[in-house]
Amino acid sequence: MAEVKSTCCYCGVGCGVIVQTEQRPQGVVITGVRGDPSHPANFGKLCTKGSTLHLTAGAAGRLLYPQLRPRDPMGRPRDPKGRPRDEQARRRAGTVRMHWDGALALAAERFGRVIREHGPDAVAFYISGQLLTEDYYVFNKLAKGLIGTNNVDTNSRLCMSSAVSGYKATLGADAPPACYEDIDHAGCLFISGSNTAYAHPILYRRIEAARARNPGLKMIVVDPRRTDTARDADLHLAILPGTDVALCHAMLHVLLWEGLCDMDYIRAHTERESFDALRDRVREFTPAAASEVCGVAAADIVTAAKWFGQSRATLSLYCQGLNQSANGTHNNAALINLHLATGQIGRPGAGPFSLTGQPNAMGGREVGGMANLLPAHRDLADPAHRAEVAALWGVDSVPAKPGKTAVELFQALRSGEVRAVWIACTNPAQSMPDATLVRAALERAEFVVLQEAYAHTDTTPYADLLLPASTWGEKDGTVTNSERRITRVRAAVPPPGEARHDWVIARDFALALGRELGSELNHADAGRLFAYASAEDVFNEHRATTRGRDLDISGMSYALLEQGPQQWPLREGESTGAARLYTDGVYPTPSGRARFALTDHKPTAEKTDARYPLHFNTGRLRDHWHGMTRTGRVPQLYGHVEEPLLAMNALDMRRRGLADGDIARVSSRRGEIAVRVAASEDMRAGQTYLPMHWGSQFMNSPGANALTVPDFDPQSRQPELKHAAVRVDKLDLPWEMVVMRAVSEADAPAVLAAAQPLLAEFGYATLGLFGREHPAVILRAANAVPAAEELVERIDRCFVFDPAASLSYADARRGVAKRVTVADGRVAGVRLSGETAARDWLKQAVAEGMAIDTVRRWVLAPVSTPPAGSNTRGRIVCNCHDVSENEISAEVAAGADLSALQDKLKCGTECGSCVPELKRLVAALKKAA
Amino acid sequence: MKMKKMKLVMVGNGMAGVRTIEELLKIAPGMYDITVFGAEPHANYNRILLSPVLAGEMTIKDIMLNDVDWYEQNGIRLHLNKKVVRIDRRARKVTAEDGTEEDYDRLLLATGSNPFILPIPGKELQGVLTYRDIGDTNAMIEASGQYKRAVVIGGGLLGLEAANGLKQRGMDVTVVHLAEWLMERQLDRTAADMLKKSLEARGLKFLLQKQTTSINGPLIDGKAGRVESVSFSDGETIPADLVCMAVGIKPNDDLARSAGIHCTRGVVVNDTLQTYDPRIYAVGECASHRGIAYGLVAPLFEMAKVCANHLALMGIGRYQGSVTSTKLKVTGIDLFSAGNFTGGADTEDIVLQDAVGGVYKRLVIQNERVVGGVLYGDTVDGAWYFQLLRDKQNIAEIRDHLMFGQSHLGNSGHQGQNNAANMPDEMEVCGCNGVCKGTIVKAIKSQGLFTLDDVRKHTKASSSCGSCTGLVEQILASTVGGAYEPQQTATKPMCGCTDHTHEEVRKTIREQHLLSIPDVQRFMEWRTPNGCASCRPALNYYLLSTWPHEAQDDPQSRFINERAHANIQKDGTYSVVPRMFGGVTDAKQLRRIADVVEKYDIPTVKVTGGQRIDLLGVKKADLPKVWADLAMPSGHAYAKALRTVKTCVGSEWCRFGVQDSTQMGIDLEQAFWKMYAPHKVKMAVSGCPRNCAESGIKDVGVIGVESGWEIYVAGNGGIKTEVAQFLCKVKTAEEVLEYSGAFVQLYREEARYLDRTVHYVARVGLDYVKKRVLEDTEGRKALYARLQFALQGEKDPWQERAAGAGRGEFESFEVAV
Repeated sequence: MAEVKSTCCYCGVGCGVIVQTEQRPQGVVITGVRGDPSHPANFGKLCTKGSTLHLTAGAAGRLLYPQLRPRDPMGRPRDPKGRPRDEQARRRAGTVRMHWDGALALAAERFGRVIREHGPDAVAFYISGQLLTEDYYVFNKLAKGLIGTNNVDTNSRLCMSSAVSGYKATLGADAPPACYEDIDHAGCLFISGSNTAYAHPILYRRIEAARARNPGLKMIVVDPRRTDTARDADLHLAILPGTDVALCHAMLHVLLWEGLCDMDYIRAHTERESFDALRDRVREFTPAAASEVCGVAAADIVTAAKWFGQSRATLSLYCQGLNQSANGTHNNAALINLHLATGQIGRPGAGPFSLTGQPNAMGGREVGGMANLLPAHRDLADPAHRAEVAALWGVDSVPAKPGKTAVELFQALRSGEVRAVWIACTNPAQSMPDATLVRAALERAEFVVLQEAYAHTDTTPYADLLLPASTWGEKDGTVTNSERRITRVRAAVPPPGEARHDWVIARDFALALGRELGSELNHADAGRLFAYASAEDVFNEHRATTRGRDLDISGMSYALLEQGPQQWPLREGESTGAARLYTDGVYPTPSGRARFALTDHKPTAEKTDARYPLHFNTGRLRDHWHGMTRTGRVPQLYGHVEEPLLAMNALDMRRRGLADGDIARVSSRRGEIAVRVAASEDMRAGQTYLPMHWGSQFMNSPGANALTVPDFDPQSRQPELKHAAVRVDKLDLPWEMVVMRAVSEADAPAVLAAAQPLLAEFGYATLGLFGREHPAVILRAANAVPAAEELVERIDRCFVFDPAASLSYADARRGVAKRVTVADGRVAGVRLSGETAARDWLKQAVAEGMAIDTVRRWVLAPVSTPPAGSNTRGRIVCNCHDVSENEISAEVAAGADLSALQDKLKCGTECGSCVPELKRLVAALKKAA
Repeated sequence: MKMKKMKLVMVGNGMAGVRTIEELLKIAPGMYDITVFGAEPHANYNRILLSPVLAGEMTIKDIMLNDVDWYEQNGIRLHLNKKVVRIDRRARKVTAEDGTEEDYDRLLLATGSNPFILPIPGKELQGVLTYRDIGDTNAMIEASGQYKRAVVIGGGLLGLEAANGLKQRGMDVTVVHLAEWLMERQLDRTAADMLKKSLEARGLKFLLQKQTTSINGPLIDGKAGRVESVSFSDGETIPADLVCMAVGIKPNDDLARSAGIHCTRGVVVNDTLQTYDPRIYAVGECASHRGIAYGLVAPLFEMAKVCANHLALMGIGRYQGSVTSTKLKVTGIDLFSAGNFTGGADTEDIVLQDAVGGVYKRLVIQNERVVGGVLYGDTVDGAWYFQLLRDKQNIAEIRDHLMFGQSHLGNSGHQGQNNAANMPDEMEVCGCNGVCKGTIVKAIKSQGLFTLDDVRKHTKASSSCGSCTGLVEQILASTVGGAYEPQQTATKPMCGCTDHTHEEVRKTIREQHLLSIPDVQRFMEWRTPNGCASCRPALNYYLLSTWPHEAQDDPQSRFINERAHANIQKDGTYSVVPRMFGGVTDAKQLRRIADVVEKYDIPTVKVTGGQRIDLLGVKKADLPKVWADLAMPSGHAYAKALRTVKTCVGSEWCRFGVQDSTQMGIDLEQAFWKMYAPHKVKMAVSGCPRNCAESGIKDVGVIGVESGWEIYVAGNGGIKTEVAQFLCKVKTAEEVLEYSGAFVQLYREEARYLDRTVHYVARVGLDYVKKRVLEDTEGRKALYARLQFALQGEKDPWQERAAGAGRGEFESFEVAV
């Protein structure tokens, strides 16, 4: 066994991992992963997702070869008579394999043609916060340096841009001033719009530890939902969506009233006029007035403000709740205003600390990989900055015209202004708001390149050219985490098939495009611009661009990073980076002083009304990541939440005649989806919440983003993914189906992909995995009428039900058709259609590989409990130790508290991600008892 | 002068005929002088079980149904080995081959059927057999000892049983069948294929779609020699040492034909099994009823019953044809087929298939009724499906569960709930003796049976193999326990334990001053040693109400609710309703109730229709603690006693009230609570004629009017709502107590146990009540006094139990293992 140090590819905490590999007949394979004890982000800990990373490695479900989806020679989605071509049919028709050289030449030819005919701004690049810094750098240079368009934007636009613009508007630069260690020094944690317990579990472990050490540490959580993080808080402000600025204003009002503002700091380090203007503005935001707007008690606002102001050090942690809003910049700035007003910044334990959603959103911005940025935090709008970059790259100029940001880019694609798009390492068909528009845009596009590690994403069917990319475990480069810490990402195994590294693909495309366009490009030759032999070459060039900038890493090198991760800035001659910024009170603004942003309270972009009366919120779950291309391959990560569930307030459900598990149609002005609903105590009346992870690969709709709005913040251009107005109606789909099939881990992605087209056949349908030792695929569906016989047969073929090794039951008139298939004497597959009473215990039977002989007489019977009377296990709470809610309940009923649970069942003792939930369960069960 | 007995002669000594005789002897013993002719040398045996005999699993002795002794014991003249060859209808006489003659008044033809013999060359060769009787069976057993190769022609029920038997006997067996699949008249293709597969696994060989053209063998001295081979229409010939023809049967109607009786394919009979000569009956395989000659045993038995009924001159039975089912008697192969198993355009199939476990079940459904089915591999529920089929029972409700059998049906509801209550009356419980549930229930009810032995004695159910004992016990329990609703008439005995009526028992208790149940039973010569679940509670009540403070209460003679002093709920927990006099409570009581609810984790708290608070879901073991903590008296919500006195707000608060009904209600309740009665007693007091307390549907309802109170009696809000009748109007509260008390005491003393006041008053008449309560002032006062005496010192059962009495009822014993 060999071990390679790298970084986790999930969230922005940036945990160090140690990847374990073994030599196998087919080559070196990744067999395990553990936390890197020496990494300062996690000190050896990993969360449920990180600790199952090795289960996502391997060739199964990967895109292995370049592939072309043929279209007519004109490349247009209309036939010669002007009729729209059947895009669906074309997508279904599949792809043909290509050689790399041919694929790149084709791409260059197509992009070249568009650039020649329509100019450089007719092409665009849409890349990803999950790319490495080096990948980003090459793409950015390709667009802005070689082609001459600023149309390069990334999915970080959906995630961090408001944090960036918030920082810039107040502190003057895109740099989180705090670090993880500040958690240990804080006297008050102000967590806003972040369910840290789910989204940044390892950081949350650190918060738990700090609170354990320091019982006086106050924790305030601002979140419309009562999340696990909110439950843990000393004070939870369950504000209404879109009222963050009003809350901050009211808190500042209280701080001023109570004399808790640090006037000395304001005088010394901020622009005084900006403070005065803000003070005038917040005058009307009394706690009572804000209480009306925010929907929280005035006294709680006062308490929050006092804790914030009186604490020796207040650290704010915030994330998408502030960012994914049409008022995101102000949401961020209003919070930073509080820090400036109280001088809670630039000291250990104090500061506004934006938590990064993606693993390398930070690195992407460092190299300027966005439509409005240039390398090393330079501004596109600044002519001097453009000149600096042109000089650094050795090109005549960098175009001044701002590029299209994410939403605008797809709108331009839809309108035909942009004609060809290159998408890398992201899945806009699922992750962009208003999925209907985005999908229409992709259909309209003349040429879509998708550079992707996985064979099946929601975007795949729209791609003309698919280019296989390497992914975690195979890549080499660097990433920057939330606390400005740069860590090496190292390859443990070679990429499968013909997959190549992202920066290599970008470089080779640049070279091919250079050949294609030759003299037509006004810049120097591509060969010189892209003369990189290694990721380190790219890094070194990037490093050179940072010299003298706020993020100066001139003192950093791969060699230094070999010894351990480093925070920026780390200037030449320095041995370590800066743990925190602005300790001297000097800000990177022209005046050297921080500015109070004159923030405005604005309601959500879409308002609820009688037709769409409910607030719709989206977000993450504990055990899934983004569009599930990676986590969706790990059976045990479905144990916590198996299906996309719309969380609702019980009263709202009752009024609509909905019970737990009922299927409902959720509709907005832009689309509708069918999901199951679940009553949740976390939800205030009028609020709904849907995890964003499920898309068309796992359900019969694009998921949450079929409903979301395309509105975005005017400054940051970040869309309002966290709010839409929806209505929820009960869907009458009385005919239900559940299909389960044991599969090997290697086969799971293929079976999922094969089953995906079935989803479209039902009014409601989801796909997923379950099990551990016996992984299995599960299709859950419901419809208004029974499935036709040929559909059932199709399903049987898809899930490999061998009639000769099956038990079956059919009552055609009732629409009931059940089948259990047996392998090695075990229940290996179950298809229940029309009648699914036995779904739960049969699911367990499949997961356990139950012997058929013990249940033969009962497997097809409509019984909800297994013959032996043993209970089904229920939801898995602790994924590391596979402990279910029922098992926990039993122990608690027997008197166990958290530590007894941890002793006995081991739950919550590995990654700790489930500890908040365990605490909640213990409290709830104890209360019930 | 004694009438000469009629003569009944039966021709044929098979199962159908003898069963007819048996049935006849049961219902009209001694009516006939009976003679039986049997062509075989054996007495009556079970022909169906010849297959196990052939297979070596049983002996001839095992399958004898009625031996020669039986005939003798029943005075039946038996002619064995005598084949009747002639019927002289004019002389009413039959003649056997050997010249034996017998006269008859009634003749019963039960000549059975003959095997069909293929009209092909070689059919007379030695070693070519049919499979019909003991003789054939013995011949095959003998041949199997000497020869190796057997060919069975015919892949039907009989052929396969023969083939299996011969294989068991060590022969190499090939089954030749004309149709595409085996048993095509009973099985669909899938089931037949599975059957074939498993028979092949046992070593049988099959030639399907083969038409036999000849059986070949030598002629020795012009006489047929031993069979050597069998040839088919496709030219193939296979060797054979033994050929068994099992290609069907034809009714043996030769005798009837020769006597000029109308025969088609079989002797034509009507619904009373009479032939065209009304003195002559025909049953069994020889009979053709509505165009069908049955070859299975069940219809024959049904015919036997009707025929016997008619022979006994009862003339009420009609045979209307049978729906038949088939079981293949090959050990290890479970196969069942019934009705229309192939289905059709207007039928639906429910199919269960277990390719691995070798199970196939198909039920054919038409209009939510089972019309046919095939079961292979698992036939446990065959009888049930057959029952559903014959009863044309609507299965819509149980459709999804149908395939998984009757036991599943029981289990799908409340676990452990017994199946007996759900069984239809026609369902056979005891297979040995053909006793159905209805017969047992009827016997239990009409004859007051309370023990298994009683049931066995009266119905024969569970008296043979005993495999149905559990079911019989369940029926007994569900009939006696749950569905108890006495149907008494003045002369009807209390129960099966005695011939005495309720009134006689009460009178005797009073006159003889009897003080205990055993005293009563001894004095009144109870038939059962300890009485039954029906008489014991009644006796206990009669004793206590007649001799308060003297008679000994027997808690074991009370229903569980009265033993536990709480109402048992459907999940086995109890409900607790503390008494709140007049429906009035206060903060202290409410607080205690709230504390108890929290402390004992009581899931549901509900306000009852009688204005009380009901704590539902109390664990039995918690009851004494709950009572102690409540520190409130029992509401008797479980008992045949005064339940509640419902009140309206009354003049104290209400703008309309003319009397203080609340106080009146409290007074009534305090006066009468703890009062046990024949059944529950409910009262109400309304403060004005608006009657908010619903006094008009209570056992005693009081309505305040300007000038006093009106008393209504014998109302009932139950299953059948009865409006209370006006008894009288009184002026004072004291009078209300006295008059009401006198009325309830009268009811307590005279009503039958489990009568509500409405039943009692309906029986004796309101005038009688008025005479006793209104007109007879002394009598009224005496009644009231007796009531007061009865209630004097009566303890609150809860506080008694809370203090430790009768603890055994609530605690389970620790048993050392």
